[in-house]
Amino acid sequence: MPEQLAETVDPANWSCPAPLRDQGVVVMGHGGGGALSAELMEQVFTPAYGNATLAGLADSAVLELGGARLAFSTDSYVVRPLFFPGGCLGDLAVNGTVNDLAMSGAEPAYLSAAFVLEEGVGLTVVERIARAMGAAAEAAGVTIATGDTKVVESGHGDGVYVTTAGVGLVPDGVDIRPQRARPGDAVIVSGPIGLHGVAIMSVREGLEFGVEVASDTAPLAGLVAAMLAVTPDIHVLRDPTRGGLAASLNEIARASGTGVRLRERAIPVPDAVANACGFLGLDPLYVANEGRLVAFVPPAEAEGVLAAMRAHPQGTGATLIGECVADHPGMVVVATGLGGTRVVDLPLGEQLPRIC
Amino acid sequence: MKYIDEFNDPDLARRLLDEIRATATRPWALMEVCGGQTHSIIRHGIDQLLPENVELIHGPGCPVCVTPLDVIDQALEIASRPDVIFCSFGDMLRVPGTDRDLFRVKGEGGDVRVVYSPLDALELARRNPDREVVFFAIGFETTAPANAMAVHQARRLGLSNFSLLVSHVRVPPAIEAIMTSPECRVQGFLAAGHVCSVMGTGEYPGLAERFGVPMVVTGFEPLDILEGIRRAVRQLERGEHRVENAYPRAVREEGNPAAVRMIEEVFEVTDRNWRGIGRIPLSGWRLADAFRAYDAEHRFDVGGIRTEEPAECRSGEVLQGLIKPTECAAFGTTCTPRTPLGATMVSSEGACAAYYLYRRMNAPTPQADRAAREEMNPVA
Repeated sequence: MPEQLAETVDPANWSCPAPLRDQGVVVMGHGGGGALSAELMEQVFTPAYGNATLAGLADSAVLELGGARLAFSTDSYVVRPLFFPGGCLGDLAVNGTVNDLAMSGAEPAYLSAAFVLEEGVGLTVVERIARAMGAAAEAAGVTIATGDTKVVESGHGDGVYVTTAGVGLVPDGVDIRPQRARPGDAVIVSGPIGLHGVAIMSVREGLEFGVEVASDTAPLAGLVAAMLAVTPDIHVLRDPTRGGLAASLNEIARASGTGVRLRERAIPVPDAVANACGFLGLDPLYVANEGRLVAFVPPAEAEGVLAAMRAHPQGTGATLIGECVADHPGMVVVATGLGGTRVVDLPLGEQLPRIC
Repeated sequence: MKYIDEFNDPDLARRLLDEIRATATRPWALMEVCGGQTHSIIRHGIDQLLPENVELIHGPGCPVCVTPLDVIDQALEIASRPDVIFCSFGDMLRVPGTDRDLFRVKGEGGDVRVVYSPLDALELARRNPDREVVFFAIGFETTAPANAMAVHQARRLGLSNFSLLVSHVRVPPAIEAIMTSPECRVQGFLAAGHVCSVMGTGEYPGLAERFGVPMVVTGFEPLDILEGIRRAVRQLERGEHRVENAYPRAVREEGNPAAVRMIEEVFEVTDRNWRGIGRIPLSGWRLADAFRAYDAEHRFDVGGIRTEEPAECRSGEVLQGLIKPTECAAFGTTCTPRTPLGATMVSSEGACAAYYLYRRMNAPTPQADRAAREEMNPVA
């Protein structure tokens, strides 16, 4: 009866659950490239290392050394499965660090490769990964100059982990970092988004999305060089890996104190990615890429840079997706296809498939 | 998927919006019950495009948010056991219990796995005969048939190491609870299309009649939602209160009889607590006696876990449209997206977070919005 119901349901006591931020232990979200990753940096690593170079929080540090400007970066690669459509752990380990260097405008030159191997892993697996790294290094024009190997007991690792570090030279007159975004800048993405994340999900979870989706893993230093040939005055470059385009754009907006406004209909989302995300309740803007970059370019240079990108094999799908604005500093806003707007926030941790 | 693109067509959307604007002669408040529709409305900015006199109230239709605290605590207790593989839909992992969540349990060594279907959990049970596999069976009528099917299959295959922790909820009693609340402002409902695709529309005419509210069965794409709103407003303006199906490509009046039979065989109706709302009589399902062996609550003896909910925030009132987020004392002070007290502040899709973000933003200003609209829909 309604009268009885009104007694049992007291709207004044309605409340909702909120996620726990202070876990006290490491959770998967700390590696998700979102707010939890940022908090780990801000609360643990930055205070412990405390220096001005680290405070830039770019994909790579730019260092003055012996009269040269050196870009320096490191990244660890853990992926399951080790082999996936379009590539493997070895490709990621080379291309990922090459791209981190390229996002400073550097010409990547040398990499290191450190392996953590789990006891019991087939040597053929290690060999396949090493060969893939060699081939990827050759394609990217870098040399793997030093390395290390450690073995952990069976059950204490996930087969193979690889850490690469890299150095490259930054050309004179190039100053690319997130703090340089300016209102009016054109925001350009180099091609279709979300392919790597969906490729990994499809094999990891055994999900079929009608067509095989291959990872977009690729080295981007050549594409960056082609862009810099048009103008050295590129303001920001970022490769939107973990946390996707949304995380990269939020980081740039916060670092520069500007806003970002995107046009949803302009963002290139392949059908397979849109379908997979629709099925899982994920947003393509948060899905990882491994061979894409997002660029902030002065408006007068946008057309020339776009043309140069489209003429390069890694930039054939380059698209203008929005602009940097003075409004809503630190925030990314999308103008939806229907003419409304929505805020695209920094993800908390990893994106989770929604039940509804 | 060109088929779906057609449900995003901006020209058709503008025509529907014009029609809604022309039809609505006075203020109307509609509730979309389903969290999936809320998500779509925010994602596409539909709420900002509606005329000012048509208000959408976001209902309590997020099964993740309404799963009660004591059930989450039971899940955490079971998932912590070394002999258990605990399987769940992904978005439950971040929902907090009293002092931790499933991510924390996983971080401490618990075997917690994200699955996409209870049948995946069943397969894990088949492949791990020496482990107990538990699936967290939450959700509305939409997820109940597959969960019922999993238990049915477990019995058929003779799997004794598979069980469900059940916290299923039903939509019609929730609508009844909302409508009998003394301060209810809801004048019409967008009924959840996916729920109706399973259950049909038979439970709704009685509610529409009793409370004098139109109920329009609505889909999830932008044009589906606008069409649902258009029909609900049209009914309200005409003084009608019927059940109307604006989602015929997915919903038949009789629903999916095979799925309903499966639910009725495996589950029985029970009272349920809704997190943040309270106890709603006959608003949920539990495993029927014949399937009690597959009930994780009994198998792991966690029925004694009863947790009192601390009333921390007023998002429940926000959900009912009783207050705007800005009327909550915690809003923007102790409760922000960075330090949320309630789910409505957790993600940018929550009503409170949306208000917080837009209130802080100088833009989109009406002019910028207008410019963006003109840019996308050039006036010929």
